[in-house]
Amino acid sequence: MAKAHEKLFPGTGDRRAPQLTELNTPLSKAMRLRLFEWMVTTRKVEARMGTLYRQGKVVGGLYRGEGQEGISVGTAMALQDGDIVGPMIRDLGAMMVRGVPPRDVFCQYMARADGPTGGRDCNTHFGDHELGITAPISMLGALIPVVSGMAWASRQQGNNPVGLTYIGDGGASCGDFHEGLNMAATLNSPLVLIVENNGYAYSTPVQAQSQVEWFVDRAPAYGVLGMQVDGNDAEAVYNATKLACDHARSGKGPVLIEAITFRMNGHAEHDDASYVPEALVKAWSKRDPIDILRDRLIDEGVKSKRQIDNLEQKIFDQLKDDYEFALASDMPDALYATGGVYSEDDIGQPDPRRAGR
Amino acid sequence: MTITYIEAIGEAISQEMERDPSVLLIGEDVGHYAGAFKLSKGFLESFGPDRIIDTPIAESAIVGHAIGMAYMGMRPVVEMQFIDFIACAYNMVTNFAAKSRYRQGLACPMVIRGPSGGGVRGGPFHSQNVEACFLNVPGLKIVAPATAADAKGLMLSSIRDDDPVLFLEHKYLYRRIKEVVPSNEAIPLGQAIVRREGSDFTIVTYGAMVFEALEAAEQIATETGAQAEVIDLRTLAPLDMETVYQSVRKTNRCMLVHEACLTGGPSGELAARLSEEFFDWLDAPILRVAALDSPVPYSPPLEDYFLPKSVDIVFQAKRLLAY
Repeated sequence: MAKAHEKLFPGTGDRRAPQLTELNTPLSKAMRLRLFEWMVTTRKVEARMGTLYRQGKVVGGLYRGEGQEGISVGTAMALQDGDIVGPMIRDLGAMMVRGVPPRDVFCQYMARADGPTGGRDCNTHFGDHELGITAPISMLGALIPVVSGMAWASRQQGNNPVGLTYIGDGGASCGDFHEGLNMAATLNSPLVLIVENNGYAYSTPVQAQSQVEWFVDRAPAYGVLGMQVDGNDAEAVYNATKLACDHARSGKGPVLIEAITFRMNGHAEHDDASYVPEALVKAWSKRDPIDILRDRLIDEGVKSKRQIDNLEQKIFDQLKDDYEFALASDMPDALYATGGVYSEDDIGQPDPRRAGR
Repeated sequence: MTITYIEAIGEAISQEMERDPSVLLIGEDVGHYAGAFKLSKGFLESFGPDRIIDTPIAESAIVGHAIGMAYMGMRPVVEMQFIDFIACAYNMVTNFAAKSRYRQGLACPMVIRGPSGGGVRGGPFHSQNVEACFLNVPGLKIVAPATAADAKGLMLSSIRDDDPVLFLEHKYLYRRIKEVVPSNEAIPLGQAIVRREGSDFTIVTYGAMVFEALEAAEQIATETGAQAEVIDLRTLAPLDMETVYQSVRKTNRCMLVHEACLTGGPSGELAARLSEEFFDWLDAPILRVAALDSPVPYSPPLEDYFLPKSVDIVFQAKRLLAY
């Protein structure tokens, strides 16, 4: 059982997040609606991919961030133009907010020629340098020093950016978490690191990853500012990230934000997560980040229930073109396998060792 | 004016830093201490702490940060205090830097350089030759110069290259090689050079072994009259097979020499290419001289036995000629 996550049940009285009153700063109606729309978009894109996966159209695995959209969307919404983001597999929302069109996601997951990597890499392993998104590798923690280096370089070039990246409760055990955060601190790099504590690293519960109960408690060990936030409250995540970005941007050094959440599916689509206690899933299903914000918007009269229903339907319907485009997209030409390895060979050449084909 | 091999490398880096503001040097103790081998003497004063960056002891984070800098258009030169320590950054080099262009279409122009090789009684962790660990990684370029002029000219090209380059300096040569070096002549990557012309057999080698091969070639010539052609590969990736083939067309006999361990070393790849493409031109099997398959030992008698020497090349050359 994930001890820390039991404590976060509503009503258990030991809920540490949010600690800061600033996290409750009211947001504008427009901002709240945008948070909601992006979370719904992310959820619907992933749901669409779930269908594609069951139809056998996704090549390889499907990784979803269901239940964690408050973090991916809330953090990315707090960024500015020129900022850099290094998303991981459960941060599709951040990519969408930054401008990645759903068709790229569909094409990429189906390994199509029109995908952003043209079939060379899988799932969310793609970036867009123009949009300030850099692609992860599967080895966890590696993005931390890379995004810190990007942000540091951009500041040297006369900009005033923040580099924001993510790590899970599992990835926080990797050496690059320590090396990256430590070196970012020594360089005074404008890095914001989001630790998405979702209770499980594949099948391993968080207390088997670390004997430090909260990841935020590691921040002082690196001499960086630490914040803890309810990851399922997108507004609080937004506020926390804004504060963190202001801190990093003003030259005060990196920030670690622990966002507490829960992984509502298996590690990937193949994983039934039978190792997760049912009670935990049930409790967290009552704290869905989209439900939380939807209820607030309706209760506070920002939108009526009917308006919200229509909005969600509209968002789903709008995916149709992208989804159909992706399904109609060709698989890549085999020669694309060999091009682009070096700067001299952008276009793949037929290899004599494949002449027998 | 003559300068040493290590001075030539330093000169190339400082010249590029003066020419191109996007070039920087990053690594452990490279700033006020000027590096463990004093390569960057005076750099901090000339270029300041934003371009000569002292780091924590964290090779993975150093390379990771450098990758980020390269993504933003900088051209970081990363110093591994000893190239052995690149093991701690293997993931960053092979998975992030090397695959960057392929996966993201994003250039990762960086040089990772450091002292490699044995013969200085450095023991198992300050003496290794790591090229074989990276030769099987598409996306990396690998350079291993033998002379001061090559070290400089190849470093100029490596910094200007748009791909990640692993630049393997041989620490045994650092202060032993001294010569007049052209002021600013970049030597293209991927071009081998004939160090000694000969018509009886070919020795293909690189790095410090070039000098062992040249010494052996003289001895063989004196003893038997046979003339060895010695080819210095200079760059292992991309590999200039054309120069090797040209020589073998003439000599029909070939031996491969390197300081990396024998098994899985670069000679295996060269031998395979020669036998696949050039079998008809060979009058004898391809022979190899390399370090033995053990960690690099510390004590002089052990290390001397472990390392390939000219005497081993002479011995194998006689077998090659007698075949």
